[in-house]
Amino acid sequence: MLAKIHVTLKKGVLDPQGKAVHHALNDLGYPEVEGVQIGKYMEIRLAGVTSDEAEKRVQEMCEKLLANTVIESYRYTLESTE
Amino acid sequence: MKCGVVVFPGSNCDHDSYHVLKHLYGQETHWIWHKDQVLEPFDLIVLPGGFSYGDYLRPGAIARFSPIMKAIIKYANAGGRVLGICNGFQILVESGLLPGALRRNASQKFICKYVHLRVESNQTPYTSRCEKNAVLKIPVAHADGGYFVEPETLKALEDQDRIILRYSDAAGRSDATTNPNGSVGQIAGVANAEKNVLGMMPHPERCADPLWPDRDGRYIFDSLIHSS
Repeated sequence: MLAKIHVTLKKGVLDPQGKAVHHALNDLGYPEVEGVQIGKYMEIRLAGVTSDEAEKRVQEMCEKLLANTVIESYRYTLESTE
Repeated sequence: MKCGVVVFPGSNCDHDSYHVLKHLYGQETHWIWHKDQVLEPFDLIVLPGGFSYGDYLRPGAIARFSPIMKAIIKYANAGGRVLGICNGFQILVESGLLPGALRRNASQKFICKYVHLRVESNQTPYTSRCEKNAVLKIPVAHADGGYFVEPETLKALEDQDRIILRYSDAAGRSDATTNPNGSVGQIAGVANAEKNVLGMMPHPERCADPLWPDRDGRYIFDSLIHSS
């Protein structure tokens, strides 16, 4: 099983990287860019768990370590790798 | 006072802290290896600055799960004194011993310079030798020092007198123009409710030695030794 996890700053938490890239894209001639958010992408391979267990455990991993829920939110998908 | 300085892989201000406590203040000081599980009795534990675990994932996120941290959290919850400096502060917020989080500096830049700090409270063992509203000149050196808390937590911190240091100018004025890194409320240091745990981004251990022209960091260590 493969968990694909995105971690981004919560709404309302200043994202200075996103802001800098946003300005750069505007300067490069992309005035349609309205907002940029920069985050992290992680892939975690899991073995020997059912998809229900994986769901629960990946959420736990996000809460415990992968995201700092004071400032970050996370979302993930699970894919079968068989 | 029996002091311990924790060494994580990537700590780089551990020797400065050790030097100040042991050689300048003559305190019994020990190294604590991050893989140790048992903590002997201490009067002070320092989580030093640096880049524990290369700041991978987030600063402090992995160090917080080092084997020794379980014992340190227990020690802190029992009233033991823990001073987290810079990366140590980041480890304290990640571990939940202090509220909030430290984000990337608003400027996106690593900031290494002297700053002024206004002492907001001297009702802590870390600042007991300072006058309230005294201004200290202490350096910062960090990329991720923007302190963030939700407004309701900020209010609670203010109500409980837990904001200990704010970035200010030399005259003690603290506002957006004296904020080096985008911290909410210009917060540079916060304590837990019992005031036995302090996290601060500036480095008092870098300016305590009499060989150095600026020595305001000594107020933090003078306070600790005086109140032990």
